[in-house]
Amino acid sequence: MARRGRAGLSAMNADAATPGVDGAGIRRTVDAVWRIESARIVATLAKVTGDFAWAEDLAQEAVVDALAQWPSTGVPQNPGAWLTAVAKRKAIDGWRRRERLDDRYRALAHGLDEHGGAADSGEAIDDDVLRLVFTACHPVLGREAQVALTLRVVGGLSTEEIARLFLVPVATVQQRIVRAKKTLAAAKTPFETPGPSEWSARLGSVLGVVYLIFTEGYSATSGDRWMRAELALEALRLGRVVAGLVPREAEAHALVALMEFQASRFGARTRSDGSPVLLADQDRSRWDRAQIGRGVAALARADELGRGRGPYALQAAIAECHAVAPSVDETDWERIVLLYEALGRLAPNPVVDLNRAVAVSMAVGPASGLRIVDEIAASGALRGSHLLPSVRGELLARLGRLAEARSELTTAAGLAANARERQVLRDKAAALG
Amino acid sequence: MKYMLIMRSTAEAIEASKTTDFEEIINAMGAYNESMIKAGVLIGGDGLTDAAEGFVVDFSSETPVITDGPYGEVHELFNGFWIVDVSSREEAAQWASRAPLGPGSKLEVRRITDESDFADFADNEYIQKEKEWRGEGALG
Repeated sequence: MARRGRAGLSAMNADAATPGVDGAGIRRTVDAVWRIESARIVATLAKVTGDFAWAEDLAQEAVVDALAQWPSTGVPQNPGAWLTAVAKRKAIDGWRRRERLDDRYRALAHGLDEHGGAADSGEAIDDDVLRLVFTACHPVLGREAQVALTLRVVGGLSTEEIARLFLVPVATVQQRIVRAKKTLAAAKTPFETPGPSEWSARLGSVLGVVYLIFTEGYSATSGDRWMRAELALEALRLGRVVAGLVPREAEAHALVALMEFQASRFGARTRSDGSPVLLADQDRSRWDRAQIGRGVAALARADELGRGRGPYALQAAIAECHAVAPSVDETDWERIVLLYEALGRLAPNPVVDLNRAVAVSMAVGPASGLRIVDEIAASGALRGSHLLPSVRGELLARLGRLAEARSELTTAAGLAANARERQVLRDKAAALG
Repeated sequence: MKYMLIMRSTAEAIEASKTTDFEEIINAMGAYNESMIKAGVLIGGDGLTDAAEGFVVDFSSETPVITDGPYGEVHELFNGFWIVDVSSREEAAQWASRAPLGPGSKLEVRRITDESDFADFADNEYIQKEKEWRGEGALG
């Protein structure tokens, strides 16, 4: 039975040239299995126990067993089923201890007998995994808890990996997960997908969590560049999983498209010293064309569903305009203006208006853009943000009003929180003479 | 990191598979592909037609020699590939070991190079050009 498994194991060990790293090799293999199987394992256990928090504990205990046993037994042929079966047995033991030999226990015990223990292949269906996704992103949880729980149970990342990616201590992540599970238990959240009346808001919350993870990686203001890119790629992977679970939801595909387009620019967004390169100055030959192609395909899937474009689809369409343009000048700015107008109508937001102002300045001219910026300023929105004076400064510079431009850019530099951004703004102000 | 899972089978295994119900193979491969798509890791892949349709350019002699398939002494034939974007070498191994392949078949798993593999040669003219080619989509 373990023929293939043993072969896999010895291949891993063959790597470990120095003695004593077998344990680390098994750890990496178990991590890899957890990556692939976590969602299905936890979803199966949550379904049979009706208790998400306990299900997660049981699965983690099964992982500990795997770490102890696989070095001598080899990796089982179906490691996910092995973990599921071990966790289910732990559930039965738990029930026995609690003397709760109720119907759920009998059903579970019966299932295990029928399938012959370890041969039981687990079989959470997609709906169960979807329940898991909705539970991890449940609105009773705060954003940080949703993010940690989603990465751990849906994405299959270890607590250590999550801590590394978010640059926080392992104990902090552990605490967030423990608290999140307590909150879910206290709120008695059923392990269910939301009903029609809640569906769209709850799906919005799921997509919001995925995009938050992405932007945390994409626009990180601190930390190692490479690790942050890794975090964004985790979000992309989660986004693909979610889109696969709700294939009729246009916004899920649109979010994947948006992340593909943005991630395609990773290689060009920073210089080798880590300083940011603005879109206009990026070497477009370094954009990942295969990724852009996947973005185009995902956005097309969203559009094919024929429900019109939601906020993610509109943002993805804007990102697509940039991604397919050979240069800044050859960008379809008129189209971008229309897309920003649509986005602003759907979800009014001063940052969207500011972006629209930039697009208008490119499509029509800086004076038209400046009029929109001044309207935003007059409304009092974005007060205290460096974004408004920095865009205003750019537009004034293009209009040749250099003294005013310099003053705006200096104001913007004073407001920017990020040191690198501050430097870019100071440099721009200085370049005006 | 991206890995290529390269399917290699002996001619005997390929012959033997011809007696298997083709629809069964399609279904097994389809389910495998679907599992990787749903996990968000599959980003590319293709199958190759019969090796008899192919040919080999051999550089053993001074002038390259073209030989019709299926390649004489070669014991294993390359007949398809998947490209997966995964978190670790071990995860690539896990996915590879799930492929619905039988005796006589192997998957060779190779990491696909990225820019960092050529960091020491970043100034090389052709490394620079390659970036442009990729930018123009010439390399797919």
